[in-house]
Amino acid sequence: MRHLLPAALATVLAAPAFATDGVLDVVAPFEIKGADPSTSGAIFIKMELAETLVNADADGRLVPGLATDWTVSDDGLEWIFRLRQGVSFHDGTPMTAGTVASALNHARAKPGLLDTAPITVIEPAGDDLRITLSEPFAPLPAFLSEYRALIYAPAAYDAAGNATQVIGTGPYRLTAMQEPLRLEAERFDGYWGEAAHIPQVTYQAVGRAETRALLAESGDADYVFTLDPASVARLASVETVQVMSVPIPRSLLVKVNAGHPVLSEPDARRALSLAIDRDGLAQAILRYPTGADQLLPPSVPDWHVDGLPPLAYDPQAARALLEGLGWTPGPDGILTRDGQRFSLVLTTYPDRPELPLSAAVLQQMLAQIGVELTIDSTNSSEIPVRHGDGSLDLALLARNFALVPDPIGTILTDYATGGDWGAMGWNDEGFATLIRDLASGKGGQAERDQAMAILQDQLPVIPVAWYQQTAAVSTRVTGAAIDPFERSIGLSRMDWTE
Amino acid sequence: MTLRALGYRMVQALLVALLVGGLTFLMMQALPGDAAFRIAAGRYGYDMVNAAAAAQVRAELGLDGSGWSAFAAWLGDLLRLDFGTSLISGRPVMEEIRHQLGASLQLAGVSLALSLLIGPPLGVIAGLHAGGWLDRGLLVLSAALRAVPQFLMGLILIVTLSIQLGWLPAAGHGRADHLILPALTLALGLAAISARVTRDAMAGVAARPDYAFGRWKGLSERQMLRRHGLRNIGVPLVTFLGLQLVLLIEGVVVVEAIFGWPGIGHALVHAIFGRDVPMVQGTALLLGLGFVLLNALTDLAAHLIDPRGARTP
Repeated sequence: MRHLLPAALATVLAAPAFATDGVLDVVAPFEIKGADPSTSGAIFIKMELAETLVNADADGRLVPGLATDWTVSDDGLEWIFRLRQGVSFHDGTPMTAGTVASALNHARAKPGLLDTAPITVIEPAGDDLRITLSEPFAPLPAFLSEYRALIYAPAAYDAAGNATQVIGTGPYRLTAMQEPLRLEAERFDGYWGEAAHIPQVTYQAVGRAETRALLAESGDADYVFTLDPASVARLASVETVQVMSVPIPRSLLVKVNAGHPVLSEPDARRALSLAIDRDGLAQAILRYPTGADQLLPPSVPDWHVDGLPPLAYDPQAARALLEGLGWTPGPDGILTRDGQRFSLVLTTYPDRPELPLSAAVLQQMLAQIGVELTIDSTNSSEIPVRHGDGSLDLALLARNFALVPDPIGTILTDYATGGDWGAMGWNDEGFATLIRDLASGKGGQAERDQAMAILQDQLPVIPVAWYQQTAAVSTRVTGAAIDPFERSIGLSRMDWTE
Repeated sequence: MTLRALGYRMVQALLVALLVGGLTFLMMQALPGDAAFRIAAGRYGYDMVNAAAAAQVRAELGLDGSGWSAFAAWLGDLLRLDFGTSLISGRPVMEEIRHQLGASLQLAGVSLALSLLIGPPLGVIAGLHAGGWLDRGLLVLSAALRAVPQFLMGLILIVTLSIQLGWLPAAGHGRADHLILPALTLALGLAAISARVTRDAMAGVAARPDYAFGRWKGLSERQMLRRHGLRNIGVPLVTFLGLQLVLLIEGVVVVEAIFGWPGIGHALVHAIFGRDVPMVQGTALLLGLGFVLLNALTDLAAHLIDPRGARTP
């Protein structure tokens, strides 16, 4: 066998394996589910195949995209987006106000953020795009920067309004798509802006984190998106790879059913929060130096409140709070009150491998204060299902607050009314009013701080950690970027080092 | 007799199609959880699913309708050779399967060929010299290779051949050399068994009186092997290979995941998670029919090798 193996290999090996063939290879865990922006737009926007009206820079500031500027009427109900002129789609058709309106109307007809905005009409107004609202809605431009609001050519959609092809306006043009794992693209020569440097790029979905790290290490991939904590440490010592990381507005949190008899008192939720050693969990599972001490990280300056008393770890105080509520330890150490045990089910999902691990750590931590946790690691959709029928106790989840660069959209849907991935059985009129006002453009930093202080005090969800986005980039390329809002990897600005 | 055997296989294929279709349908119905939510999670991403998205999926697909009418519709479509469209991607199931089954068959085929190059020749040599150093070494080696799980074997090969030596791409799909590592991962496991099977068959044949008689007659070892050895070990080897293909399909699922290979195993797992019933039915049906075809081919090959033939039904 020793003789046969190299011989067999040598015969099949025609070309050298390394990806120095002038093609830039991007590897990420996300599978291509179809051409429609609502399913895989997040990939197409990173691969710069299609674009949105509004873009966001690394600080989350909105900057012109396919729209050069935008204005809103005094009553806040009519928005005019002035469209960039001379833009053509990859099929050669020009982008007009009419094509943009129809693309956005297709997007609005599908589940997503846009369908939650109070939009009544999207229509062309001369060369501009007019969006009419039923009530003022300040984050509208931010909503239009999301991947589900990508602008495709009319020919991309079928009769039912689903995109069957990716025909965008980006600096790269799709040349081959092999769902679910691979696509290829080439530089689009008719691009309206600065042309891409590298002529050919590929995208490969690789689900396993170990494999992604190995692809970075072997030099087969030039940009590897999302690394597991163990691989970050290992790749840091590989000379041909540079590891980049950035804090992102995604939080690991425990969703609490505040309508549950044992969780309805704010002190009970505070006790659970005090029992969690966030730094310990973050270091052991996520390999971050610290955990979260409020809902959003400092990288979201508008919504991170510097002066807020941090969420602390103090099991002693936690036990005292629960004792104050009438809970006493039973014979097995689990707290009881009026014959009821402090026993809860924590629902989580394995799509993010750190979640079940973190759940097990939380189980241990809560056991220390006499709270019994049963972990149910299942399909992620069970969280909205159990939210809907009221059967959820606790859920451990990772929530992205910046699907659009402005977290107000997510906070509005998750907390002002109680959302599938946010508050449950919790209604704070003061908070809801603050957020609704902010969404309609009233109020500023003071109101945001006030709203976040209410969440910190009432704990409709218990923040545990803030995520970091990581990427491994080959030293063969320059110009790669890592975006806290997960829209861009700097693809068209990347170039070979030579 | 061959015609009768063929007819038997045709009936078997029909029964398999009905059984597989019915069973997968029943199993998908029996799975816990709300299908609309699962499909929405499959379409829009695991953390993008909410009640609104699920409601929209439910309305679009008419999930409130009766399950039996859906099954009847599936059977009707099947008679017209229409596998329907995927609930997740919205593309025709046939188109998805063609790409993914093609990739799996490519991987399985190359693995099998590679394992045949490695396993049986070694087995023949070991069997002819039963008890020799090669025989004993091969026993240890094949036991070791069998004992290593495929995901570990895959990682070992990536680390040694790709990262240390830089000979092959670690994973991916698109160029011919992407095929080698995953195929080798599967082939080593397969070769370990086929080498043992061949060795035992060969040792048995070589110890028989007729083999000894040939030698007395003055035939050379090479002539003996070609005229009397190979055909005698052919039947057990071919029969065994037919069985081994089942193992191969199982291994393909694991290996595809490690190497990012867009195969049918991967597709099936995701389709089950996403409650993509047409996709599951289509995939299971084609796999089932594939097994019938393989069995038929195995029988045919065994019949050709050994035409005395009491074994064919």
